[in-house]
Amino acid sequence: MTDAVSAAPLPRRPSAVRRAWSAYRARGRTIPVLTVLVVLVAFWYAAALWVNADRAERLIGQTGEEGIVAYATAVWNMERPALPAPHQLAEAMWDQATGQPVTSNRSAVHHMGVTIWSTLVGFLAGTALGIILAIGIVHVRTLERSLMPWVIASQTIPILALAPIFVVVLGQLGVTGVWPKALIATYLSFFPVTIAMVKGLRSPDILQRDLMHTYSATGGQVFRMLRWPSAVPFLFPALKVGIALSIVGAIVAEVSTAAQAGLGAWLLQGSYHGLVFRMWGALFFASALAIAAIAVITLIERMVVRSRGGTA
Amino acid sequence: MTDTGMTGTGMTDTGMTDTGLMDTAPGVYDRRPADAPADAMPASRQPSETVVEAEALSLTFRTPDGPVHALDNIDLMIEKGSFVSLIGPSGCGKTTLLRAIADLERPTGGRITVNNGTAEEARRARAYGYVFQAPALFPWRNVIRNVKTPLEVMGVPAGQRNVRARKALEVVGLQGFERKFPWQLSGGMQQRVSIARAMSLEPPILLMDEPFGALDEITRDNLNVHLLDLWNRTDLTVVFVTHSIPEAVFLSSRIVVMSPRPGRVLRVIDSDLPRERALDIRENPKFLDIAHRVREALREGHSYD
Repeated sequence: MTDAVSAAPLPRRPSAVRRAWSAYRARGRTIPVLTVLVVLVAFWYAAALWVNADRAERLIGQTGEEGIVAYATAVWNMERPALPAPHQLAEAMWDQATGQPVTSNRSAVHHMGVTIWSTLVGFLAGTALGIILAIGIVHVRTLERSLMPWVIASQTIPILALAPIFVVVLGQLGVTGVWPKALIATYLSFFPVTIAMVKGLRSPDILQRDLMHTYSATGGQVFRMLRWPSAVPFLFPALKVGIALSIVGAIVAEVSTAAQAGLGAWLLQGSYHGLVFRMWGALFFASALAIAAIAVITLIERMVVRSRGGTA
Repeated sequence: MTDTGMTGTGMTDTGMTDTGLMDTAPGVYDRRPADAPADAMPASRQPSETVVEAEALSLTFRTPDGPVHALDNIDLMIEKGSFVSLIGPSGCGKTTLLRAIADLERPTGGRITVNNGTAEEARRARAYGYVFQAPALFPWRNVIRNVKTPLEVMGVPAGQRNVRARKALEVVGLQGFERKFPWQLSGGMQQRVSIARAMSLEPPILLMDEPFGALDEITRDNLNVHLLDLWNRTDLTVVFVTHSIPEAVFLSSRIVVMSPRPGRVLRVIDSDLPRERALDIRENPKFLDIAHRVREALREGHSYD
């Protein structure tokens, strides 16, 4: 980590530039990610100038001020922009999250909570289903032939078309509330888990399986002591994809079923009523949700990896 | 013949009875009495006790390119307490023979008995420990948990698992490495862990398939000495596959020379070297003579063509 410092030929204190460089290397991804963020924000401000140009012309006409700075200030602070500037959006999102009582229909936290609930239920069900399918496929040859094509085919159907059908059919059966939405999240999230776990459960090599055979281990012991631990490194990447898909599934379900609450419903209301800040807000809250969820899974993954002696 | 007393009990006496192999199976860690002369055979090493017996054993693999005759009409007898090496060129079926003893391959002809039962019965009774060419350790388990793996499968109580695993690690000289993970060990140490794992079962038979083939010569010499010492002070029967003539001669009390495919037994050479050997015995004329005989047998079998 401190190669740059220790490699410095002179005994005196390393220069500020060198220290910054070694900090950059030590931090790993922080500085590259921040760099990209800065570039994106700069682009965004520029794009706001361009997208909002026609509205801005009217605005400038009213105030009569001139000069590029005055123009930019006006555009980046207009009340109903087509594309809000980042600082405007941040301000609006802060208000959406904290400016309302949590139980209010206008609170972003309220909608996020609804979405988190269907996401979690769907994710857990999808993970369980994915693992069970993988176990079946790995252990029963017939299942591999009969099930695997359907597992793959299931993902070729656009979820947007399927979601309303799910909701109507389930509603007819009296299943409402979180379940229709969770089911759609399940439908999306089981797939990466199944694919990864089939591969993971098959990853023990012949030598390891022969070894268990020389111990006369039962099928259950082979699964518990060999197949499952071998599959763990395959599981976590699939869970990360799965949780992101679960969020997408939950939001698509909310949008396509005209739900009353949830980030999807919020997004839909925003677009019906031309509430630009709400549309953007829903988008960023959803991605914040995904990032937080993936961070949690990554944390669990690190703990598991550590308990396994650092083997991924 | 019962399958009790195989693992837990009956470990303390070095073959006082001869009522049956299982009952007398002594612990591998039992040392011979200090006053016993090096060349004296314990009671259990009477040649009458046969651990492995193959009669007209044949094994043919069916492959898309037609049948492959791996083993052809093998007759072999392995006595209790002996160290038998199977030597031959690559593809001569020596590994297949070892796998047949371990019930990892099913013979297509002839008969094989292990511990007076079928190979499958012996496997189910956990009569042998098997050491593969590669360590085949579980990378997610640390050293001691790797060694405990077979004990867990057998359902040995946790406390006893610990004691036996530690003992087995001591035998291969790896005490102090219990908490290390496989990737933190050298290849030679990993293979020693896999030997400890096989020994933790305290099996009466140790089957080893070119266990040191992938190691450098210095490590290999070192492990050979370790293994010989282990065999020397226990009642262990070892079947050892190798393609190194010096290794076979150095370790074995009996060398089985095999021919290229289809695998046949060309010659069985008994070694009259003393049981206790140091590495420099390899310059001894007796040693060279046995090595010469092995090489001659291989040549007659056209192994050098």
